[in-house]
Amino acid sequence: MDRIGHCRLTDLTKVYGDAVALKQVDLEIPAGQYCCLVGPSGCGKTSTLRMIAGHEQISGGEIHIDGKCMNKLAPSDRPTAMMFQDYALFPHLNCLDNVAFSLRMQGRPKVARHARARELLSLVHMGAYEKRLPSQLSGGQQQRVALARALVTNPSVLLLDEPLSALDPFLRVRMRDELRRLQLELGMTFVHVTHSQEEAMALADMVVVMNEGEIEQIDTPQGVYNRPASQFVARFIGGHNVFNATVAESTETGTRLNGNEGTTYLAPVADLSPGASVSFAVRSDKIALSRPGDTTVTNSVTSDVGLVEYQGAWVKLGLKAPDTGELTVMVTEDVFNQMPVQIGDRVVVSWIQSDIHFLGGKRMLSVADEWEGVR
Amino acid sequence: MFLVFFIVPLVLTLIVSFWDYTEYAIIPDFTFRNYQEIFEGCITGLPDLCMTFKTYWSTFKFSFIVWLLTLVIGFTVSYFLRFHVRTMTMQIVLFLLCTIPFWTSNVIRMISWIPLLGRNGLVNQGLLDVGLIDQRLDWLLYSEFSVILAFVHLYTLFMIVPIFNSMLRIDESLLEAAYDAGASGWQTLVNVVIPLCRPGIAIGSIFVITIIMGDFITIGIMGGQQIASIGKVIHVEMQYLQFPAAAANAVILLAAVLMIIYGLTRVVDIRKEL
Repeated sequence: MDRIGHCRLTDLTKVYGDAVALKQVDLEIPAGQYCCLVGPSGCGKTSTLRMIAGHEQISGGEIHIDGKCMNKLAPSDRPTAMMFQDYALFPHLNCLDNVAFSLRMQGRPKVARHARARELLSLVHMGAYEKRLPSQLSGGQQQRVALARALVTNPSVLLLDEPLSALDPFLRVRMRDELRRLQLELGMTFVHVTHSQEEAMALADMVVVMNEGEIEQIDTPQGVYNRPASQFVARFIGGHNVFNATVAESTETGTRLNGNEGTTYLAPVADLSPGASVSFAVRSDKIALSRPGDTTVTNSVTSDVGLVEYQGAWVKLGLKAPDTGELTVMVTEDVFNQMPVQIGDRVVVSWIQSDIHFLGGKRMLSVADEWEGVR
Repeated sequence: MFLVFFIVPLVLTLIVSFWDYTEYAIIPDFTFRNYQEIFEGCITGLPDLCMTFKTYWSTFKFSFIVWLLTLVIGFTVSYFLRFHVRTMTMQIVLFLLCTIPFWTSNVIRMISWIPLLGRNGLVNQGLLDVGLIDQRLDWLLYSEFSVILAFVHLYTLFMIVPIFNSMLRIDESLLEAAYDAGASGWQTLVNVVIPLCRPGIAIGSIFVITIIMGDFITIGIMGGQQIASIGKVIHVEMQYLQFPAAAANAVILLAAVLMIIYGLTRVVDIRKEL
């Protein structure tokens, strides 16, 4: 299938009065990708989306879709369609007329636009509800109608503004699968804004982590999780423990680091000069648990259990270590059963050298090359 | 309360409308005389309109013109307040500004038009001085024009309030969605804003139409006591203590107004708004 909807943002900037919401962002989304913009509120992800849609003035920079500059085009002249956060269905129109709205605005005859709207409604499995008003539908159903309405004009890029945030958790997971299925079926680009890293991980081909108007990392979900580019990404994505240390020596077998209060770590080889302060991340599921007294040479921290949370397959332990602050450790249920711990117990946690991942500044990838072979 | 202040007076009016009366007495009875007298010669005299029909026609005409004007002005003002005034504070300030005329009695508001519109009033003087006219305009005051002007001045707010209220409930993302779907400003107005304002428009229309259908003060003062209205007829009959005749007229007026309201509710589901 021909993939459509190649988006390129160059130097995109958004200024509200004195506040800079977006700082010269460069982003390239290859055609047919499911791209998630993720970040805390106020990070500029929604502004980015709305500028692509044409609902927000561009303060600086350019947006190209399929090679065509979008800067001066009205939303309806762009090959984009927007799905709004609260769906924004017209309360006085039934599902069929809601979906057919943009065709009606184009002056298409009733029979033609209703036929097309029915097509879309059946695509999202809402064919049986065409006569219902939005207020007579559940949240999930409203969302499907909104999706059908956005797709009715055959856009190349579908822009979704926190589409799942108004749904209950169960429905959210189901609609997530459906969005993904639909995107693969239609072969168009989806740009999905969310504050939930879990949603981004589950859906995206490419995850764009944003913070304070800048892109922190562009990567695959696996890339973001295994190789977070910065402290911010590691903390935001979760599942990571972040440590600060200074480089003691750099050898051919690894990098020796000094933590606070005399802890030493042995990290993988890196081009770092002694004395430099660094931070690194260790995934919380890569940390092993042992009783005090078991001799562990490097990369171990003695700490007290502050929290035990049973999560089914995993048990989450919150630890308080005097020199590193709070740590989160995920152990499988089996491991936990072999070594049950309680709040207040003293334990030693450790990890292997290769599980240390240095956190640098920002890392930008040339995504177009990297994604060529994804699908 | 509802019983004492609404049902009982209404039932009493209905009962009295069937009573008989002479020049000096009111006689409890059950007669259709009052109703017959109101419509005397009305059917046989067609196509010439009898007094009653003429009066109703004139009242309907005022109601319709004023309704149309208040609707257009009220909708425009509400639209401006809702969608063009950005901050909530400014909206409240401007909204209060609209209500300032209501801080005085409506009689004073009417009378204050007189020095403005009279033969030697400000408007005539101004137009003369500018040279736009060389004879003083007579139709400015004590005319249908001045009645309509006063009505619009007095009652546009009754349109603004419910329509503004309806508009406040319109989520701005709906306008954005319409824009995203390629609707022009006018298309958005016709296809999104107006349909969603229908309950407000209906409520405002009921306010304005019922008030004007029963009015006799404004028509009296601004029309120089020369223009007939149903309210005026009832008022005059009351002055001559012909209570049964007045009651019968009131019952007919009530029926006419209720029919208009019924018609409106058939077009718009007002309960949605309440």
